[in-house]
Amino acid sequence: MPKYDIKVNGISKSVDVAEDTPLLWVLRDHLDLVGTKYGCGIAQCGACTVHIGGTAVRSCSLPIASVGVQEITTIEGLSEDGSHPVQMAWKEVDVPQCGYCQTGQIMTASAFLDKNPNPTSDEIKTAMHGNICRCASYTRIHRAVEIAATKLG
Amino acid sequence: MSTSSITFNRRSFIRTSSLASGGLLIGFNLFTACKPKVQPPVDISQLNFNDFNAFIKIADNGAVTIYSPNPEIGQGVKTAMPMLIAEELDVAWDKVYVQQGILDTENYTRQLAGGSQSIRLGWEPLRQTGATARQMLVNAAAAKWGVAPSECTTSEGVISNAKGETLGYGDVVKEAAIMEVPESVTLKEPKNFKIIGTDAQNVDIDKIVTGKPLFGLDYKVDGMVYACVLRPPAFGQILDSYDDTKAKAMPGVIDVIRIGEKAKELSKEGIGNWTVAMGKSDKVVVIAKTTWEALKGKEAISAQWVNGSVLESTEFQDKQLIGLLDGKEFKTLRKDGDINIAFAKADKTLERTYESPFLPHNCMEPMNFFANITDEKIHLVGPVQTPEFAATAVAGMLGRDVKDVHLEMTRMGGGFGRRLYGDFVYEAAEIADLIRKPVKLVFSREDDMTAGTYRPAIKYRIKAAIKDGHVTAYHLKEAAIGGNMYGLIPNFFPAGAIENYQVDVANYQSNITTGAWRAPYTNFLAFAEQSFFDELAEIMEVDRIQLRLDLLEKVKGSTDERIQYSPERMQNVIKVAVDKSGWGKKEDGVFQGFAAYYCHNSHVAEVADVEIENGVPVVKKVTCVVDCGIVVNPLGAKNQIEGGVIDGVGHAMYGDLTFMEGKPQSQNYDKYRLIRMGEIPVVESHLIQNEIAPTGLGEPTLPPAGAAVANALKAATGNRFTQQPFSKFPELMQVPTKPIIG
Ligand code: FES
Ligand code: FES
Repeated sequence: MPKYDIKVNGISKSVDVAEDTPLLWVLRDHLDLVGTKYGCGIAQCGACTVHIGGTAVRSCSLPIASVGVQEITTIEGLSEDGSHPVQMAWKEVDVPQCGYCQTGQIMTASAFLDKNPNPTSDEIKTAMHGNICRCASYTRIHRAVEIAATKLG
Repeated sequence: MSTSSITFNRRSFIRTSSLASGGLLIGFNLFTACKPKVQPPVDISQLNFNDFNAFIKIADNGAVTIYSPNPEIGQGVKTAMPMLIAEELDVAWDKVYVQQGILDTENYTRQLAGGSQSIRLGWEPLRQTGATARQMLVNAAAAKWGVAPSECTTSEGVISNAKGETLGYGDVVKEAAIMEVPESVTLKEPKNFKIIGTDAQNVDIDKIVTGKPLFGLDYKVDGMVYACVLRPPAFGQILDSYDDTKAKAMPGVIDVIRIGEKAKELSKEGIGNWTVAMGKSDKVVVIAKTTWEALKGKEAISAQWVNGSVLESTEFQDKQLIGLLDGKEFKTLRKDGDINIAFAKADKTLERTYESPFLPHNCMEPMNFFANITDEKIHLVGPVQTPEFAATAVAGMLGRDVKDVHLEMTRMGGGFGRRLYGDFVYEAAEIADLIRKPVKLVFSREDDMTAGTYRPAIKYRIKAAIKDGHVTAYHLKEAAIGGNMYGLIPNFFPAGAIENYQVDVANYQSNITTGAWRAPYTNFLAFAEQSFFDELAEIMEVDRIQLRLDLLEKVKGSTDERIQYSPERMQNVIKVAVDKSGWGKKEDGVFQGFAAYYCHNSHVAEVADVEIENGVPVVKKVTCVVDCGIVVNPLGAKNQIEGGVIDGVGHAMYGDLTFMEGKPQSQNYDKYRLIRMGEIPVVESHLIQNEIAPTGLGEPTLPPAGAAVANALKAATGNRFTQQPFSKFPELMQVPTKPIIG
């Protein structure tokens, strides 16, 4: 099987996997980074969101062969200790219900706020529309993104 | 102060011991405590710590750890239940460490499932447990000081006496550990609560936002392999043969096996009936080194299936259900007076039929389970709401002693009723028993959506008689796939309010597996009933709120024990909802819809506000008023309310699973619409303050939401929605160009 050299959370890793293996499963099964979640596998729910070169990407639909040398950031690398402003806002609002979708939500929100630190309410809704929360914690997700924006802004 | 009375001996579910590492351990059996009907063992000296499933540990330094045995499915019980203990133990909440971990992986089986009943059932026993521990610490301190325990007070983990001397809990744990367990304890008056009623964050919040391994899918051990299962593509089909040559040649694939024998044993014994449709067929399992390789391997299997029973389509099932409603074969669940006489004498009658589709649960974390089976031990780990049942069933199906089973629960990425069913546990166990390796069974989203235990498709027909301006008869008929409404549901409103009242049910046995789905039966019954009352008010030409209040008035003073909703509390939530939502006082362009419902022992009223945007009606806001007794954790409660309301709106608007020749027509989120951020209403929640023991909150806000929306859509469009999901009827969403009269 081919060998791929990738950089995850600032650390270089080498993995031996089939070329069509989605980054999601490389992270979860090969690198033990299970904070990135599986929800649908077809880029519909956002549970698997990571950052690649600072952009939010659905890792379930990105084959390892297409990752290249760009820096990958997962929830485990967003901050060392949960101190990223988006994580802090999530705690402040007490967003999660079951919690399963939340790492994906946080990764989508943090990439979005990097590009748009002063979003309107509608911009937040559009940015977060791709992430499903089956527990419907949407009201709090929205609020937490607003709070994170003020922390970042 | 009130001395709490409870019908069983506290000693039988509490035991203390000192820890080798220092400190005090209090074990209690939450299972026994929360289910008073379960008989505690007669001889308590026979009990050992393995019989306890929840613990409080007080360390030498006074640090308190509460080991909460309850599985967390997103309803916040893992936070709320320890709050009850901490309140009576009288420690500061921010000094309490809550752990769902296991104290002893070898000997500790968690037994209790979550759900809307956890807080209601745990309310007394959990507080008693905390109070008992506190009393023992006080007794120990009093003995040390040589004063009477009644002269001591506690606050935030510190005991004080009249002289002003103090001792921390940690200072007396050694003595407390060997004290007698007091026979009775005094519980705090609600007005003295310091923790109950205050906002507490989700106890796992730090781990959740940093992505720590918490869920079943995250669980891993060395040498673990992954299994994906190929199940029949259509309900009613069974496996004939398969070719695994291609799959076996794929990278990472370790083996391909066939399972099903053991599952058949289960259904023969009548255990796990819900797995019947799928359980009747053998399945093909791909074992691989990683999840992806197992998923790919599964795709490479070519299998032949034969039809074991009729392959049903939605159209066919609809006909069956309508046939039942039109027919005469019913079971009567409640009958008051004589509806036929009332209908014969009526001035007017109204009859409507309401129809709902199947719904998959779609827990965000797909079904999965870990199993490792050796001759000595059956080790099971994962997200399941009925661990005790699953453990017994697995032991039964493998012909093993249940004592061999060690089941650990993980946090659950949603439940909604799906994880009450153990099909995935049995599959994992059967696989592990054959391969004798630690294995993780993983459902893909497609597997999860197509091998479900769905919310059954149900149709209700309601008919009412009106005579001299009064509702004189109410006839509710239910035609459902699988089972029918159960328990006290036939005695919910308007039972007791209408003299001639009858509930009749009939069911069609389909081969599609159905089961509980958030607020079983009431999740759609509330829609039917509360839509019907709006229509009833319209043809009676009376105020729709007043009609409900007047009917509730008639229930007051009822001595019928089957009626457990309180007309007073119901009227109150209705009035508060009218007030808080600005009912009838909205500016032009805001169309409101009302619904009120009682289920899971809680009373709820909701008002939906619809506005027209770009020519289509949009749900902008839902005001939700809840009376669920004392609110243990308002922060968590509001989260539940918002989630329940939005879930209710979302499924009423979009949720739909149809079948074509036994095949579910949606397999993943591209074809199954769940509500998303851009579609949510603002949810304004109001909790009624009272001192009544707490009741359910995870479910009761969902059922009325669909009706409130339908009633608001009627106001906005003039059209009545009687079928869910509403989005299936775009023609009814058309907004008339002329204003609606009436
Ligand atoms: S798992 Fe990748 S978007 Fe759903
Ligand atoms: S918190 Fe459960 S899916 Fe979002």
